[in-house]
Amino acid sequence: MTDAPLTRAERRQQRRMRRFDNPWINPKLIWGIGLLLGIVILGLLGRMLWNLDLVFTGSTPLKLPPVGFENLRRQEGVWDYPLGTDGSGRDLLALIVIGAPNSLFVGLLASLIGMSLGIFLGFSAGFIGGRTDDFIRVISDVMITIPPLLILVVFQAAYGDVSLTMMALLIAAFVWQSPTRLIRAQVLSMKQSGYVQMARLSGASTMHIMFREMLPNLVPYLFGSFIANVTTSIVTAVGLEVLGLGPQRIPTLGRTIYEAINAGALIQNLWWWWGIPTLMLAVMFIGLLLVNLGLDEVSNPRLRKL
Amino acid sequence: MGRIPRAYLMNRIVTLLLTIWIAATLIWIIPRLSPVDPADIMLGRMAAGAGAVENADQILEQLKENFGLNDPLVVQYVKYITNVITFDFGLSTASFPTPVASLVAKALPWTIGLMLLSITITFFIGNILGALMVWEKSPKLVKVAIPAAMVFTSIPPILSGLLLMWIFAAKLRWFPLTGSYGLTVEPGWSWSFVQSVIHHGFLPALAIVIVTFGFWALGMRGLMITVQGEDYVTLAKAKGLRPRYILYKYMIRNAILPQITAFALKIGLLVAGQVLVERIFAYNGMGKLLYDAILDQDFPVIQGVSYVIILMTALAVFLVDLLYPFIDPRIQHEGG
Repeated sequence: MTDAPLTRAERRQQRRMRRFDNPWINPKLIWGIGLLLGIVILGLLGRMLWNLDLVFTGSTPLKLPPVGFENLRRQEGVWDYPLGTDGSGRDLLALIVIGAPNSLFVGLLASLIGMSLGIFLGFSAGFIGGRTDDFIRVISDVMITIPPLLILVVFQAAYGDVSLTMMALLIAAFVWQSPTRLIRAQVLSMKQSGYVQMARLSGASTMHIMFREMLPNLVPYLFGSFIANVTTSIVTAVGLEVLGLGPQRIPTLGRTIYEAINAGALIQNLWWWWGIPTLMLAVMFIGLLLVNLGLDEVSNPRLRKL
Repeated sequence: MGRIPRAYLMNRIVTLLLTIWIAATLIWIIPRLSPVDPADIMLGRMAAGAGAVENADQILEQLKENFGLNDPLVVQYVKYITNVITFDFGLSTASFPTPVASLVAKALPWTIGLMLLSITITFFIGNILGALMVWEKSPKLVKVAIPAAMVFTSIPPILSGLLLMWIFAAKLRWFPLTGSYGLTVEPGWSWSFVQSVIHHGFLPALAIVIVTFGFWALGMRGLMITVQGEDYVTLAKAKGLRPRYILYKYMIRNAILPQITAFALKIGLLVAGQVLVERIFAYNGMGKLLYDAILDQDFPVIQGVSYVIILMTALAVFLVDLLYPFIDPRIQHEGG
């Protein structure tokens, strides 16, 4: 054996092998979680360090650009309002400090509720079978076809203002179908597998089999489905806000975009007004996508590249 | 090949009918539970226009009579369902005596046109790119550039739409900012009108295409990896067929079929995304109609638009499900 120094390629190879010893430490997952945490930290730090009263209409000069830019009236951005101000005198930094975590909150809450419903219904369908299964299967087939946005538009147009939590609850009513189908299919196939048969023969209760034997095996799928649903929920929430629905009194990213479009921000070249909320949303969606791809690598080793 | 088993067909038809019925019922129940009364809103609009309205109570009674709000709920419901089947959603309250059906009929071709165009383009581009990602003969650049472009797939089309509008319509002025055809051209089958429609439709379609092609590309990549290892591909190579011929006739041909099922699951999201794109581009389709109706609190139109879009989605899913056995003879449906 010689202790010849490793070539660069060999060292790189080794590093790559080490990195994948623990599948949870993969760059996609880390970047994704980093981006999402960034938004949460922005929200937390912003609440401590920034004057949030600037979200009220008329609290700042109108249509100031971000620092380092100039608007059509030749005004320069000032450090009092580093990201610029909108057409009705609100500071954009304060808007995103409040709005961005709110969007994430709606997505997480809606998806969490949808997921819990999905786990419950999926297990019931897979385990009880018969009529219950038929009913749950047909209803989830039906509900997966209906675009949530349109039913929610009818709802919110009829009811007017809603709170963030209410919006999350409404969206949750439309994101339980895919976890239900996924879990039902998995439960049906797992029911036949050796270890479940074994547990049943040794007299384990149904609850024990469901939650101690089967659920841990579903965790990677559940995570993937959860993140996908967070994305769907945020897209739906932003969609409602851009149509002028959704919470009317709380600043949200979608509503800021709605106001910018209506005020002709595109024509007047007030790019920061719609661009900054758009950028925040894009960061959020890219973060969620990366987390999802990273989780795929955890649950499906064939996707890991060496 | 291609004979659809009766049990499968029945199952699909029942799901379709249930979807339509549940959607119609939800759309009916929700506004009825709301504290806001459409007749009040309309009267408010008349008062705002005319200063004061004489005999307001009488008019309100008359309106309630017209909208059938005085009947018992069951009667209202049965009437509503019969009307819905015949696409009769009553009269718009914002542009009063125009029937909702005619407003929808005017907007629908625009939406369907834009949708068919953007879906065809993304399906084509996405699948080709996904195949190229796997194909060993494709240039290096393709294998680096496409995964980078995947980042866009997570972004809803409304955001890409805003960006495109700003760059190509507001800044460069290559394309018009809003609308679905120019104000100066007369709608009809003239060349200038067609030109104007293409000019206006380009950006909305592009906004949808750049954020959806990645979904197909990703799916195609996975399928191509499977197909790549198949014996018939190896045999085709051994026979010395041209690589391009193998790619199209042997690999893509076989890998593309499951993509069509994925399509059925994706339609709902595509439709919702397009509604929003139409809203920001003020494109004369269902999205704009819906947005205007929300601004005017025009319930019959909101109901009509939502119902028709859900119906369209359900029908599209139904058709894809039915066509699938014809496209892919390998598929045998349960019960078949």
